[in-house]
Amino acid sequence: MAAPWLALTGPGFLRSARPWRSAGYLLATGLSGLLLCVVLLVSAIVSGVLVMVLVGLPMLAALALAGLPYAALERRLLRLLPGRPPAESPHREPDRPGLVAWLRTRYREQSTWRELGCTALAALVLWVIDLTAVGGAVLLPVWLLATPALLALDGEQVNVLKVWQIHDQPTAFALSLIGALLLAALSYPLTAVAMGRAALVRRLTGRTEQDRRIGELVSSRARLVDAFEAERRRIERDLHDGAQQRLVALAMNLGLARLDAPTGSPLAGRLADAHREVGQVLSELRELINGIHPQVLADRGLPEAVADLADRSPVPVDLAFELPGRPPPAVEAAGYFAVAEALANIAKHSGANRARLTGRYADGRLAVEVSDDGHGGADPARGTGLTGLADRLAVVDGTLTVSSPPGGPTLLRLEIPCTLTSRPPHRSG
Amino acid sequence: MHPDQPTAAPLRVVLAEDSVLLREGLVGLLERFGHRVVAAVGDAGALRAAVAEHAPDLVVTDVRMPPGQADEGLRAAVELREARPGLPVLVLSQYVQRSYAADLLDSGDGSGVGYLLKDRVGQIEDFLTAVATVADGGTVVDPEVVRQLIGRRRDPLARLTPREREVLALMAEGRSNAAICRELVVTEAAVSKHIGNILAKLDLPPAEQSHRRVLAVLTFLRG
Repeated sequence: MAAPWLALTGPGFLRSARPWRSAGYLLATGLSGLLLCVVLLVSAIVSGVLVMVLVGLPMLAALALAGLPYAALERRLLRLLPGRPPAESPHREPDRPGLVAWLRTRYREQSTWRELGCTALAALVLWVIDLTAVGGAVLLPVWLLATPALLALDGEQVNVLKVWQIHDQPTAFALSLIGALLLAALSYPLTAVAMGRAALVRRLTGRTEQDRRIGELVSSRARLVDAFEAERRRIERDLHDGAQQRLVALAMNLGLARLDAPTGSPLAGRLADAHREVGQVLSELRELINGIHPQVLADRGLPEAVADLADRSPVPVDLAFELPGRPPPAVEAAGYFAVAEALANIAKHSGANRARLTGRYADGRLAVEVSDDGHGGADPARGTGLTGLADRLAVVDGTLTVSSPPGGPTLLRLEIPCTLTSRPPHRSG
Repeated sequence: MHPDQPTAAPLRVVLAEDSVLLREGLVGLLERFGHRVVAAVGDAGALRAAVAEHAPDLVVTDVRMPPGQADEGLRAAVELREARPGLPVLVLSQYVQRSYAADLLDSGDGSGVGYLLKDRVGQIEDFLTAVATVADGGTVVDPEVVRQLIGRRRDPLARLTPREREVLALMAEGRSNAAICRELVVTEAAVSKHIGNILAKLDLPPAEQSHRRVLAVLTFLRG
């Protein structure tokens, strides 16, 4: 038996607030259900009539969302009962602002329809049960309990439940005693009804175990991505502030030493070799650091950073990449590295003479297309490059589609849902 | 040029570099060759203050600096040039970044600026030449940045012949006509002809010659 139900059998049950809170809960849900029933009937009839003049259609569609506020009320009412924590809303945040996005998210969600079911149930069935239970288990015994008082008020007789006629106080007190006993006895089924109803409502309007697990999975994945990005930045910073600066200082000292060494001497030759070596290490280190975390991406944002990639590409790239704001850092990084991988693939495998790179933001998505005029035949199933790219995008809920018929051309399209912030790229000029 | 005898007059330099090791090194280097470092600072705010106080002949600054460890040094350089057009600024960077160099050249009329990779301070003579060129109102862009741009065929540069692009690249590096003809082993007359063609093809109206050179370099950098 579940823990809350054990409270029913415990010794302190009758003295606890639990029966009263159950009664209060059922009274509240019963009355709100009754009100809901009336409202729903009226609006169903009104929109049914208006369907003929077409205004009713959106009204009917909106009726499907009636479950949202009512379920929210039901979740709130659950707090009247002691014990379990209040139910959490099962709804997802829409992935971008705006009414359209909100509506789209809500209509697609399973929980919207579960809540509508719960609302229909509450409006048609539950309120009857709620009010009957409260009436039977509370009003009736209280009425019996009040018999002596009623008799005293009336002076002559009292009709109890329209069945018995009581004329004397001793009988009235006996009935009152029966009422007290009934009140105690009926508080058990009353509480059971309230708890059963609450469990049902919780299941229909709260977050299910699956919702919760997915939610946890998504947030832990997001934390991992963020941690990964932070680590990249840390490594980049350490290399930039440490090794790179020291090597530059070393190159400078070697340069000065070369000036001091006698021209044409073996020492001058050695120093020249060492100097060249340091120069190479510096340029390799620079490439490495840029590959770990390009500073221009952090400073200037994705369009400037991909323009930089286009600069580096051995295959000429036509570029049309504009964004009205900045995506979150994880999305920027995913987009950047995806483009880097795509351009590297074009240079290595496609045999293309020209590539085209476009990027824009529409419908809450960052959409990037990379195409080339090469010989095609790129297959995501083979080769780890494309698979890795798809995996990288999957981490930020992005998708990759590849069209690469043999003979070309190859078109690679990636989409990442995100919200842009107005955080403008640093423009110094 | 003999390294111990700078061709240009001694300069009063404000230096901004957050790595102490490198800052000390650069001070030593500049002073050894007769320049005077009037202030050596470690962040963008101190750089602005030092320039206001000393009104130097040349500012040498790092791109990435505190407090944000982003491109504060570069932005400070651009602001300084906007406040005082023609203030010679040489930016030292760890990044081969066209957009950084382009922002810098866009500031003022694009003369008296330089964008060099930090590696370049190791090549003492090249570095000192760059310092002198920038202080003298010339324009210097790191050969590495230039090299990266040459590979790309972009309008309006598409109209240039390969030889003209080569000449334009050398102009971007701050070379004089004489230096370009030495580099390409051609006559000075040939270089002048190439430059004339470049300016014509890039639709740069005849004006003061040195200014058009900068505009040509800017076109090259903007892509």
